[in-house]
Amino acid sequence: MSKIQTTFLRLKSENKKALIPFVTSGDPHPNMTVKMLHTLVESGADMIELGIPFSDPMADGPVIQRASERAIANNVGIKKTIKLVKEFRKKDINTPIILMGYANPIEAIGIKNFVSLIKDAEVDGVITVDYPPEESKDFVKLLKKQDIDSIFLLSPTTDDNRIKLITEQATGFLYYVSLKGVTGSANIDINQVSERVSNISKYSDLPIAVGFGVKDAETAKQVALISDAVVIGSRIINEVENSNQEDLLENIRALMTEIKNAIS
Amino acid sequence: MQAYDLPDAFGHFGQFGGTFVAETLVEALDELRDMYDKVKDDPEFLNEFHHDLKHFVGRPSPIYFAERLTKQIGGAKIFLKREDLNHTGAHKVNNTVGQALLAKRMGKPRVIAETGAGQHGVATATIAARLGLECVVYMGSEDIKRQSPNVYRMKLLGAKVVPVESGSKTLKDALNEALRDWVTNVSDTFYIIGTVAGPHPYPMMVRDFNSVVGKECKTQMPDIAGCQPDAILACVGGGSNAMGIFYPYIDDKNVRLIGVEAAGEGVETGKHAAPLTSNSPIGVLHGNRTYLMQNDEGQIIDTHSVSAGLDYPGVGPEHAWLKDSGRAEYVAVTDDDALKAFHNLCLIEGIIPALETSHALAYAEKLAATMPKEKVILVNLSGRGDKDINTVAGIAGLTL
Ligand SMILES: Cc1ncc(COP(=O)(O)O)c(C=O)c1O
Repeated sequence: MSKIQTTFLRLKSENKKALIPFVTSGDPHPNMTVKMLHTLVESGADMIELGIPFSDPMADGPVIQRASERAIANNVGIKKTIKLVKEFRKKDINTPIILMGYANPIEAIGIKNFVSLIKDAEVDGVITVDYPPEESKDFVKLLKKQDIDSIFLLSPTTDDNRIKLITEQATGFLYYVSLKGVTGSANIDINQVSERVSNISKYSDLPIAVGFGVKDAETAKQVALISDAVVIGSRIINEVENSNQEDLLENIRALMTEIKNAIS
Repeated sequence: MQAYDLPDAFGHFGQFGGTFVAETLVEALDELRDMYDKVKDDPEFLNEFHHDLKHFVGRPSPIYFAERLTKQIGGAKIFLKREDLNHTGAHKVNNTVGQALLAKRMGKPRVIAETGAGQHGVATATIAARLGLECVVYMGSEDIKRQSPNVYRMKLLGAKVVPVESGSKTLKDALNEALRDWVTNVSDTFYIIGTVAGPHPYPMMVRDFNSVVGKECKTQMPDIAGCQPDAILACVGGGSNAMGIFYPYIDDKNVRLIGVEAAGEGVETGKHAAPLTSNSPIGVLHGNRTYLMQNDEGQIIDTHSVSAGLDYPGVGPEHAWLKDSGRAEYVAVTDDDALKAFHNLCLIEGIIPALETSHALAYAEKLAATMPKEKVILVNLSGRGDKDINTVAGIAGLTL
């Protein structure tokens, strides 16, 4: 059983929802990334999504685009990202790490090579934004062989036939994109999200995480009531962007604590 | 011999092409593919399409024998397919007419487009004005500077031009931004992609709409030249004008198909926009798998070309396939050589070509010189150069 699965089982038995923060690797600086990851765990992260910087992040809004640009300016790409996970693992072997990124960097270093590198770094799951199930069968097979979870996105436009198709390939959890739009977009319609999430749960026993439009504790609270996990990204990157280096970890801790309390 | 029939049902040209998009767009692409499948052989749709091409665009465009240019070079005869004479001044309008008709059939009140040189943006704004559709065009802020006449044309036509400040601020970034808009407004918006790139069905559909160019050539060449061409040349940015003229000739194996990429300051300098000629690795961008200019960790690298319309790090997946299969050849021409060909055509034939097109012209001159006089070269004169006069004047140290 994967660490992602055991984490969800534990949370379920405790009647709790998972909090999954997202940060981009190498932003604001590669020597901050591991510290930030530990701070996230200390302040309530049950799992972490770590973004692989990409030059052309088509599904991301301006906040995460800028995070990618800063990381690339710091020479952080896919290889350094995996190294940073390895470094994180020196002190934390329990918290699931999910890499989130785009197909091109993965293909550039080779899908086999990528899978063996992330296995070695004890990565637990992968989300590839522009790899729909039809185009990623080989990749998913390689991940399965290594017990690494393939996490797929479902959107408001995903119909029931596709939900079936996707849930057949997905492991770990399902990620419901709460709105039509890019990351960091405006307000989500919680009733609609609730309806869609319960529809998806008809097709799969996998836990369902909700993300893309969660920008404050109040939204997080509402989302936690109707799903198994809350993903929060752009709001955290806002802290990265707006904090002095000295205050960054404390600001992240404060934000995370507020959200954690709201969903507990 | 089996007739050419790519792409397959999933938009694959061999290992290239496909549908690499975020989940939110899958439904919209399925809907588009189904609609296109339904109308592409529907006489009523085709009638409407060809009616618009004739009466609004001014087709068929003529083929012109460049007699003085041919004499000057002293080799093969050079013929020009005059896409510059189309309404809006380039081949781009063939595709926008087709896609806008689809948008109308699908009941989408809003169209969006990306543009580099501005020709596709102008063509989209034009057709949107004619059909009464709301139109938003994404354009890199670098390109807005170098193609300012086209920016104003789009505004005159009622389109909103949104400057894109991310990344290299050129065509690829405009495409990213258009995709972001589409994900957000997918229910009421039709994305009119301007070249044979993007996810399936775009590469196939844009090719089909532009293939009117090659089909006309097939009937016109015997009349004007007495034969089909020995070689067909076209510039390649994403590759839509090239696919448009190549496609009907793919099964005619004795016709050489030559795509001309932008070598910028020279392929060997790294400052170019020639993914095929520079043997760039295969990658995934903007919804398809193709040859892609990138570093060893898969970050897309900045491209360089004097022509905004060729300034793109990838190339349509069908060109990637045509290169690998050996059916088409790909070469590259530098900024300097393209500019020389630009000025030459102005002076010797009285035609101001687009800077994009000038790349194909430069290679045509080079190739013609190596071929005997009875051979025939056909160049797709993809667009006119009115939009480029500021750039060309700037290079000469003038401001207009
Ligand atoms: C006149 C002209 N030719 C060629 C191109 C390049 O596009 P493609 O390679 O899709 O034909 C452009 C693009 O803007 C153009 O305006």
